[in-house]
Amino acid sequence: MHSILFIVFLPMLAAIIGGLGNRMLGNTVVKSITTGALFVSCALSWPIFLGFLSGHAEPSVVPVLHWVQSGTMSFDWALRVDTLTAVMLVVITSVSALVHLYSWGYMEEDPDQPRFFSYLSLFTFAMLMLVTADNLVQMFFGWEGVGLASYLLIGFWFKKPSAGAAAIKAFVVNRVGDLGFMMGIFGVYLVFGTVSIPAILDAAPGMAGTTIGFLGHRFDTMTVLCILLFIGAMGKSAQLGLHTWLPDAMEGPTPVSALIHAATMVTAGVFMVCRLSPLFETSPTALSVVTFVGAATCFFAATVGTTQWDIKRVIAYSTCSQLGYMFFAAGSGAYGAAMFHLFTHAFFKALLFLGAGSVIHAMHHEQDMRFYGGLRKHIPITFWAMTLGTLAITGVGIAGTIGFAGFYSKDAILEAAFGSGKELGTFAFWMGICAALMTSFYSWRLAFLTFFGKPRWAGSEHIQHAVHDAHGHGHDDHAHDAHAHDGHGHDDHAHGHGHEDHGDGTAGYHPHESPLPMLIPLIVLSLGAVFAGLVFHHSFISEGDGEFWKGSLVFSEHLIHAMHEVPTWVKWAPFTAMTIGLLTAWYAYLKNPSFPATFVSQFGALHKFVYNKWFFDELYNFLFVRPAFWLGKVFWKQVDIGIVDRLGPDGAAWVVAKGSTYAQKVQSGYLYSYALVMLLGLVGAISWAMVG
Amino acid sequence: MNGFPILSLMMLVPLVGAVACLLTEAKAARSIALIATLIDFALGVLLWANYDVGGAQWQFQEKVELFAGFNWALGIDGIALMLIMLTVFLMPVCIGAGWNSIEKRVGEYNAAFLLVEVLIIGVFTAQDLYLFYIFFEAGLIPMYLIIGIWGGTDRIYASYKFFLYTLLGSVVMLIAMLWMVNEAGTTDIPTLMAYDFPKEAQTWLWLAFFASFAVKMPMWPVHTWLPAAHVQAPTAGSVILAGVLLKMGGYGFIRFALPMFPEASAQFAWLVYWLSMVAVVVTSLIALVQHDMKKLIAYSSVAHMAIVTIGLFSFNVQGLEGSMIVMLSHGLVSGALFLGVGVIYDRLHTREIDRYGGLATNMPYYALFMMLFTMASVGLPGTSGFVGEFLSLAGIFQVSTWVALIATTGIILGAAYMLYLYRRVIFGEQKNADAAAMLDLDLREWLMMAPIAAAVLWMGVYPESFLAPMRQDIAALDARIARARPHGDATLAVAKAQPKTQDAAHEGAHH
Repeated sequence: MHSILFIVFLPMLAAIIGGLGNRMLGNTVVKSITTGALFVSCALSWPIFLGFLSGHAEPSVVPVLHWVQSGTMSFDWALRVDTLTAVMLVVITSVSALVHLYSWGYMEEDPDQPRFFSYLSLFTFAMLMLVTADNLVQMFFGWEGVGLASYLLIGFWFKKPSAGAAAIKAFVVNRVGDLGFMMGIFGVYLVFGTVSIPAILDAAPGMAGTTIGFLGHRFDTMTVLCILLFIGAMGKSAQLGLHTWLPDAMEGPTPVSALIHAATMVTAGVFMVCRLSPLFETSPTALSVVTFVGAATCFFAATVGTTQWDIKRVIAYSTCSQLGYMFFAAGSGAYGAAMFHLFTHAFFKALLFLGAGSVIHAMHHEQDMRFYGGLRKHIPITFWAMTLGTLAITGVGIAGTIGFAGFYSKDAILEAAFGSGKELGTFAFWMGICAALMTSFYSWRLAFLTFFGKPRWAGSEHIQHAVHDAHGHGHDDHAHDAHAHDGHGHDDHAHGHGHEDHGDGTAGYHPHESPLPMLIPLIVLSLGAVFAGLVFHHSFISEGDGEFWKGSLVFSEHLIHAMHEVPTWVKWAPFTAMTIGLLTAWYAYLKNPSFPATFVSQFGALHKFVYNKWFFDELYNFLFVRPAFWLGKVFWKQVDIGIVDRLGPDGAAWVVAKGSTYAQKVQSGYLYSYALVMLLGLVGAISWAMVG
Repeated sequence: MNGFPILSLMMLVPLVGAVACLLTEAKAARSIALIATLIDFALGVLLWANYDVGGAQWQFQEKVELFAGFNWALGIDGIALMLIMLTVFLMPVCIGAGWNSIEKRVGEYNAAFLLVEVLIIGVFTAQDLYLFYIFFEAGLIPMYLIIGIWGGTDRIYASYKFFLYTLLGSVVMLIAMLWMVNEAGTTDIPTLMAYDFPKEAQTWLWLAFFASFAVKMPMWPVHTWLPAAHVQAPTAGSVILAGVLLKMGGYGFIRFALPMFPEASAQFAWLVYWLSMVAVVVTSLIALVQHDMKKLIAYSSVAHMAIVTIGLFSFNVQGLEGSMIVMLSHGLVSGALFLGVGVIYDRLHTREIDRYGGLATNMPYYALFMMLFTMASVGLPGTSGFVGEFLSLAGIFQVSTWVALIATTGIILGAAYMLYLYRRVIFGEQKNADAAAMLDLDLREWLMMAPIAAAVLWMGVYPESFLAPMRQDIAALDARIARARPHGDATLAVAKAQPKTQDAAHEGAHH
């Protein structure tokens, strides 16, 4: 049996056993089964990846079960393994295994641990089905499966109303994207007569230049198909317009954010575009759309990231922004670079999220960075891990020499966008440079607010609770009062006060470093954040015309050359942007902490716009959510009851009963006579018809 | 099974059971009904096992001439087989659902259900037009009684509404049938299915059948009886109504309207599309604002049935097979959802959504089952709901991308109202002490839920078991209606050709 069967189905079995066994099996058993299954999957995945890396392995397809056969439409359950899949396999199983392990510590006190671990394993199974799909429908199965798992995990703390709302929002917004995906599959079937991915990719070039009728107009066939499919990718990967669910998804436990909303599920859209790259290559229009959406998202999300206070939301917007990079890389034709950034991003973003989880754990579930500060001495390992993650995401490195993981992949993307020679490529390049500046700013802002400066913990209600629980009552009510009015926008405010009580803003709280199960993943992922770029960049983006990829995505040698030949200032631009971002953050949050407040008061409107996430939520609420409920009421009360019933059955009743309330008059005894009359009438009519 | 009248036997068993129920006291009546339905289920399994997939179109045929050309003629094809399986599978569950909650007139109650089973099997097996009509109309009488006698407080109004709607439709259908028999000179359904009625006649014959089937389906705007009936019906009544009785409308379309009047079907396809599109959007939005669990699921049924009609009238194999799977899936899933409502209704005696909340805490297994059925209703791949919905929509996409787009919005709206329901009932804080004190599923409820859950997953992962028996019959129907197939708007044009203006005009003419 091929090891891919174990890789994919072990997590499924673990999820079923854990989910049904639940409290009968108990915490430790379920946690061991699910975590064990994931480590086995992970151990089996790396050899496959290394096989492709060394060039020995060949792509293969392992059939599992017949699925649907309807007329000429036919698709099966099957597991496809090629380079692209292998890359995803190691990303998914490694991060998932580490997140399982991490959750032993992070979820220690949760009463519903078996449920949590089962969901995690279920998610992993669905994600693996997605990346091993050999046809579009199985990809859609994985697509929806990860959506379900994401829904369940966002709503894991289902008693919290905000968690329930965020879970629904994630599912429904994703479904908007899925509408596009489904229509895309229907279109593909109509055009190619099959939904098998290899068959479509083979036939795609032959369809270039044809037109198809769609919604009453004629369009270029491949453009319609690619854009429909891309709408699906936009939903899953939280691109501008369909991104609103991702920040809210932070309601889920932090390990979930690391696994699903950073490293794996949200990258499914990028994976899809790369998997279908020969299809997208046939439509320049579709590629332009991909580039534009990616570039716009990367810019938009970065702006929002600079203003948020919730540590997880900053990282969430950062994820959204990084996904934008991957998309405009793909749109520029640099699919290898897109996958490479996906790969490195998985490590350093998972690291940042798990690090944030460790901070949150240490700070008694406080997530507001205004109440952090000075933590580097208290949680040193977390501090170092997050610093490495920050160095990786901001792309620290010396052009042409050496650097952290994000340096290789992000610079490759920017060079590819510039080198593609397309007009939109240049647009994407500048958007990317701006975003790189802001990435550096908000990442260092996060680091400085959290780990440097003086402690501002006393203002946090969570910390107050922790302290009161630990020491009884009453010893620093003052500190609490001092910061109660500190709720909005003036992080520096906390510095001036708080001295009078504890003198150090700690409120007497002592943060502790996280336990070992949480630290091991941080350390492992730190290694990834440092070395993933250095070790793998040859294979992913430069060596011998994409030999590594073995045709699993479109690899343009021409573009690689163009990337090498971009002007020197282009090569140094990301570094410059990163440095400016770092220095700004340093000035605003360490050197002169009153600067942000001054800035906000100067540019109040701009800050408000960005702080409120460009008002997307308000806009959608106004355009879709409220009208849906309003229309529902109108259709129900006015149309169904007011018109249909009044003219229909109630009208008839009124005629029969001449205005009196019919229902009161009829006794149940009448029913029998009605039934009898009906039956007799039937028999009579038929006899009459036959005799007559 | 050569010559053994298994179909008649399947009707005889519940009939004998019904008589026995009337004659015995409550406790025995329940057991008799359960045994009778289980025997019927076993016979159904036997029927399926002996059904020759790929064999003759009509199998297990029986024919006894009664009088004046009126025949006791039975026989099934794969389509009927699947619907019979659905019926005999759900029937024991229905008996189980009323096991404790029905306390008055227990004998009559169980007899009524057994009678429903007899008549529904009759509908799906009848090969004589009049015989079909009798079963088709008479099947409603016991249902009507179930709502009227064992229903909720407003049961009389509901049963009256149900009766009025369905009666109006059936009268015109009867007249059409009389004319058809006169024209074709036979009451034999297989013969009529191959008979070419004149095109002018087809128009009004189709409309007459449509009047009856559209109500049964139910299609918008003749759907208002359904929420009323569901809300008032006892749990088992809702299960059988949503699970099986609604399928009679779809069966009518696939057995009569399409093969007998292909040209008229094509002529009225856009009427069906429009009503279905409106139903998908409007009833989904209505479901979103409901406060009553049963009403919400009832409205969602209307939206799902609209996917069935859209698939049926897409005139291709995917559409037809998809519609059949949606019918089977909806039978299981909405049946299960009504059972789920019944489970908590039995404990708290209210269907008001706001009276619940946080059930995941005290009823974890109930929450698990409801999550599965909610996802199946939403059409998550891997469940039965997806296979049917996907094929139906793939079918209609080949005819009209506009209709496909509007109908596919159902996947968004469906997710919204079902998850909103789930959130309010099962997630959230336990804000009501009495709801928080409810116990999780007992053994009886497990026995009802688990088999349906298994069937839903089976149909989602390996639908071939269900598609295979129907394949040949759908192909035959597809060939029969091929001549009237509408021209799709998504036709390909070869490279560099000018845009085909007539295609655009053809499509545009429909708007």
